[in-house]
Amino acid sequence: MLWLIHACGDSTMVKQLKEVLQDGLYNRKFIIGSSITLLFFAMALLSYTWTPHSVEEINIAVKLAKPSLEYWLGTDHFGRDIFSMLIFGARNSVIVAMVAIVIGMGVGVPLGLIAAAKKGWIDETIMRFNDFTFAFPALISAIMITAILGPGSVNSIIAIGIFNIPVFARITRGTALSLWKREFILAAKSAGKGSIQISLEHILPNASNILIVQATIQFALGILAEAGLSYLGLGTQPPAPSWGKMLNDAQTFIHFAPQLAIYPGLTIAITVLGLNLFGDGLRDVLDPKLRRSR
Amino acid sequence: MRMLIQWRTLFIGIAMVIFFATTAMGAKTHLKMGMVLEPPHLDPTAGAAAAIDEIVYANVFEGLTQIDQNGTVQPALAKSWDISRDQLTYTFQLNTGVTFHDGTTFDSDDVVFSLTRAMAKDSVNAQKGLFKTISSVKKQDSHTVIIQLKRPTGSFLFNMGWGDAVMVAKETVQKNKSTPIGTGPFKFNKWVKGDRVELIKNKSYWGNPAKLDKATFKFIPDPAAAVNAMMAGDIDAFDNFPAPESLSQFSANSRFKVVIGNTEGETILSTNNTRAPFDQLKVRQAIAHAINRQAIIDGAMFGYGTPIGSHFAPHHPAYVNLTYTFPYDLETAKKLLAEAGYPNGFKAAIKLPPPSYARRTGEIIAAQLKKIGIELEIVPVEWAQWLDQVFKKTDYDLTIVSHTEPMDIGIYARDRYYFNYKNAKFQALMKQLDQTVETKKRYALLATAQKILAEDAVNGFLFQLAKHGVWNKNIQGLWANSPVQANNLTQVYWTK
Repeated sequence: MLWLIHACGDSTMVKQLKEVLQDGLYNRKFIIGSSITLLFFAMALLSYTWTPHSVEEINIAVKLAKPSLEYWLGTDHFGRDIFSMLIFGARNSVIVAMVAIVIGMGVGVPLGLIAAAKKGWIDETIMRFNDFTFAFPALISAIMITAILGPGSVNSIIAIGIFNIPVFARITRGTALSLWKREFILAAKSAGKGSIQISLEHILPNASNILIVQATIQFALGILAEAGLSYLGLGTQPPAPSWGKMLNDAQTFIHFAPQLAIYPGLTIAITVLGLNLFGDGLRDVLDPKLRRSR
Repeated sequence: MRMLIQWRTLFIGIAMVIFFATTAMGAKTHLKMGMVLEPPHLDPTAGAAAAIDEIVYANVFEGLTQIDQNGTVQPALAKSWDISRDQLTYTFQLNTGVTFHDGTTFDSDDVVFSLTRAMAKDSVNAQKGLFKTISSVKKQDSHTVIIQLKRPTGSFLFNMGWGDAVMVAKETVQKNKSTPIGTGPFKFNKWVKGDRVELIKNKSYWGNPAKLDKATFKFIPDPAAAVNAMMAGDIDAFDNFPAPESLSQFSANSRFKVVIGNTEGETILSTNNTRAPFDQLKVRQAIAHAINRQAIIDGAMFGYGTPIGSHFAPHHPAYVNLTYTFPYDLETAKKLLAEAGYPNGFKAAIKLPPPSYARRTGEIIAAQLKKIGIELEIVPVEWAQWLDQVFKKTDYDLTIVSHTEPMDIGIYARDRYYFNYKNAKFQALMKQLDQTVETKKRYALLATAQKILAEDAVNGFLFQLAKHGVWNKNIQGLWANSPVQANNLTQVYWTK
């Protein structure tokens, strides 16, 4: 984002933001997606200050309670408040997915820029290594990594982050390669700028739209991956609540207490849907070509 | 028109085939039994895993004696025995006409071989203690064996009924881990690793033959999958159902029978007695005060289970109720912790093996101990890891496991058992118990032993595991209780 501001300068920046927001108001996907996403982040933030009940407090006497004023969505098999666990689970999901994206972008974007700028054997080495990582399906590689490093939320962050690296490296390289052919880059080259300088000053800011959209999609995938790993017992460990673990716990109760599985399942589905809509809408809004055609 | 007629004949043909097939079949003779754990191998004389005995005991392998469903000793390969007046000489008369599944005959030589092998210095038997009072095993004639004891041993006939004391043949013993050859009413057929073990009826069995033609033990570690498998009929019976919360759903269904019985499983919070701070008596007592057993039974076992206060089964006549030695009392617990030098508690790790009773109990205990300031990090481990790290190398702070061997209070007198508990007084008591034959005196000694363990708070004594049997209502002959680790299928049959 810093590069965006740097490149645009203050006045154009404000203008562009205004345009984006104006377009956004007409884009239904963007509106629905961003409101769900905002709600989700609000939930995650809320967990730091307030949850209706403590999520680690086990109260067997009220296990499997029906929804009531005291327990808004009822309680689980240990008598823990499901609503509080969902709020707390949002925090876990955000942290895992967010840090995983920082890892993925932090490593992947520079790799992609270098590959596009240097070409030749450097490009080949980086991209073949990426292909190698990419060849393993996301969840399989995450399971492999957590199996080696041991279960836990830190290791699941690392696992999902590593999976993000080739995604960002590829998309950065692809965008950068097409940018390198443009006239303004030629102009920068003839002005005597080096390839690193051009990458940082011209390529990255112009690729940032695409990277931001990709980040929202990876964010949704990260949440799914975290839920999947926790479901398998490899992600967040008890007593910390996580949506995936709630689903796993609910399994044997599904015949007579299906709400235990429905609530976390719905939350995951809605959140991922919201993030995907947000990403889609953001792409429409940010893409200058689409904007012009409207 | 011709087409129509052809179709009609075909249809009638199929209908007749189905009709005759179903009427001719009669009662089923194949039992599919679910088990949570897969055994590491199938030789009961070379491993401690309960899953081995749960498949082969009484079905494939037999001992001189056998333990029945009430926990009493019955003759098996030995049809009778004489005990000398000084209680030191046992003369066993063996059954005649007994053959192993490979066709070789069973006689005195096999008894001498099996017991000498189990007693040997390099023996890999998991329960060598069963044989330590034997001084010699001698063949008198082909069907008479004389066993000399070093000292009178009250439980000797019971000991000979354990799965670890079964009779094996010299020629096949090396391969028993993968293809067990015994004398039982069932023969080993095949083992599909990760899925099932199949047994078939031994047509040339020496005694009362099995009523089933085939028995399959299918391994389903996941409780949710177990519910579905039962509901779909992929499994006919589950000896001990892994998900107690789903029992109500089975008992409400007229297809199933739910039978709640006893097991020998003392479920305990095993504590590493040599690792700080658990080496302090006051810390262990504080933990005992902070455990709310009823909440654990209700929360983890859905009410099935009996609280215990020492390492002893409540249905045994020598049981003493010590559940309230350290009643649930957080104030006292905190005070004891402060006296031990941990006024603000401490951090420790609890390693939990895969069964759901352990994982759930672990979560509840972590929440309960948090109330007195003990922060437990929950570390889930697989069985292989658990056996290696916790059981063998004693690299752990706390763990939760159910000890399902019958009358296993003696493990606290062992030198290198994983609790690392050392108490000379207790060891002397167990030695004395070994040499006592008279029941009344034995019970008195057992009561003292229970009290010592309770007062030392060696482990967190939680509850006696109940046996939640679920099976098709047309199955007869499965055991309600499990006095030994076994699924004795020899008398099981389908009524329909």
